[in-house]
Amino acid sequence: MDLIVEGVSHRYGEVQALDDINLRVADGETLALIGPSGCGKSTLLSIMGGILAPSEGRVAAEGAAPDGCLNPFTYIFQDFALLPWRTVAGNVGLPLEHHRFDGDGRARRIAEALSLTGLGEFADAYPKQLSGGMRQRVGIARAIAVRPALLLLDEPLSALDAQTRELLMEDLIRIWARERTTSVYVTHNLNEAVRLADRVAVLSRRPGRIKEIVSVPVPLDERTERRHADLIETIREQLWRLIVDEAKDADRELESVA
Amino acid sequence: MSIGDSGKETSVRFRGGGFAPRPKRWASWLAFAVIISAWQIASMSGALPALFLPSPYEIALALQAIAADGTLARHLGASLGRIAWGWSLGTLAGLAVGISMGIWSLARSVGIPIVSALFPIPKIALLPLLILWFGIGEPSKVATILLGVFFPTVISAYSAVDNVPRNLIRMGQSFDMPYAQIVRKIVLPGAMPGILAGFRISSSIALILLVAAEMIGAEFGIGAFILSAGNLMQTDQLLAGVVLLSMLGLLISALLARLERRVLKWR
Ligand SMILES: Nc1ncnc2c1ncn2[C@@H]1O[C@H](COP(=O)(O)OP(=O)(O)O)[C@@H](O)[C@H]1O
Ligand SMILES: [Mg+2]
Repeated sequence: MDLIVEGVSHRYGEVQALDDINLRVADGETLALIGPSGCGKSTLLSIMGGILAPSEGRVAAEGAAPDGCLNPFTYIFQDFALLPWRTVAGNVGLPLEHHRFDGDGRARRIAEALSLTGLGEFADAYPKQLSGGMRQRVGIARAIAVRPALLLLDEPLSALDAQTRELLMEDLIRIWARERTTSVYVTHNLNEAVRLADRVAVLSRRPGRIKEIVSVPVPLDERTERRHADLIETIREQLWRLIVDEAKDADRELESVA
Repeated sequence: MSIGDSGKETSVRFRGGGFAPRPKRWASWLAFAVIISAWQIASMSGALPALFLPSPYEIALALQAIAADGTLARHLGASLGRIAWGWSLGTLAGLAVGISMGIWSLARSVGIPIVSALFPIPKIALLPLLILWFGIGEPSKVATILLGVFFPTVISAYSAVDNVPRNLIRMGQSFDMPYAQIVRKIVLPGAMPGILAGFRISSSIALILLVAAEMIGAEFGIGAFILSAGNLMQTDQLLAGVVLLSMLGLLISALLARLERRVLKWR
């Protein structure tokens, strides 16, 4: 399924958060959104998934959702958003409970998502018993259990320490390689962007506009190979030059006291 | 490590520890035993006049006597019935109103001014009015407790709903969960800790109002029993009634603790 963003602008009262965003995310593609903090990345992601109505413009989907898709636009959250009173399996099953299944279809889906994310033996654990990395795995399992057409990830690894982040990133890539789900991945981490994305959209400071879209022309599973290291590094530096001045300005900006 | 004299080695002085109180069971029981024995000794030596403060032993005897002749069962039964009805009805109504106020803007806008205006009234002041409405019988006492329980329950329920993390609700919406399921599976369990904490407050209010209402106008009930014992200068029976109230309070808080352990075992 393709996602089309047309002329989207958004204002929070006086604050212009986004200005005339136009984008197309192709089927099976992973698009990273980077930009200084406060530039409207989360806002754009919320608009893409239909949990925020844009002030102007529209978002459309083109093409069919995958077989068995229960929730076309599915989020993975930075803070995991797990229900602490439910077990791992209970959390993964939550978005399946208001859908009908034949026989043990629901249980099978839960088991499948758990094993894909390496959570099989933790099915009966509660979130507070898990490490941060494991908790985000539950968030990922919950998302893939509904077979989304579009995965929307808002800095999914930001709450994790560096080692856990590396491990989970490799897991995400493995899952992506298998499911080929169209994804939009918000991050402020350039390494994540060049490791995971097919294209990287750079947003400018508030009001967020698309400054440039950079392709990473290396297949996902070859990104860590030595022969591509120079190319990857060049792209990383190009992205850094695109955001560095803006990031400095954004850092020095005073939030207006509302 | 060396400080000052170079080359001379001193071990680092330990400065941590403490400020981590842990209950010691034997100390609790011992303190209890010491106080009771001191009291008993003071009574036996004549330092405490038996009429104004009977000894623990006499209080125990009085308790045994009222248990044996059925007085205790009659009074305790009346009190338990009133507090059970008053607390349950007040809690049910309070939860319904409080949760609605937590969820719907309209209910909140209507509810907050009314609740803020009525909450501070000591509900026992309404007993005479309630007696005029319902007569001197059970309903006026149950209604007093109900009202006393209702308002704090409303407040704790709607702030508990307010404190359910919004990100969990957004998560439910992002998976297209139906409204009723979001309320049932996310909002209500998320509000449970706050609601159960409110039960502790409302149950102690219920106990206070129970005794007050029974002292104002009741034939049976622990409050009535204490009052009439006082009028007859039967201080041993009076204190036996007080001991009963203490045990009733302990029982209620033990039941609530059990409920919390069951409902909030995920914490
Ligand atoms: N609910 C809101 N109400 C008012 N302003 C908001 C709200 N959410 C975000 N903003 C503002 O909009 C801008 C963009 O926010 P956001 O999309 O969260 O940026 P990012 O995710 O890139 O850090 C910021 O300046 C932020 O302060
Ligand atoms: Mg953000």
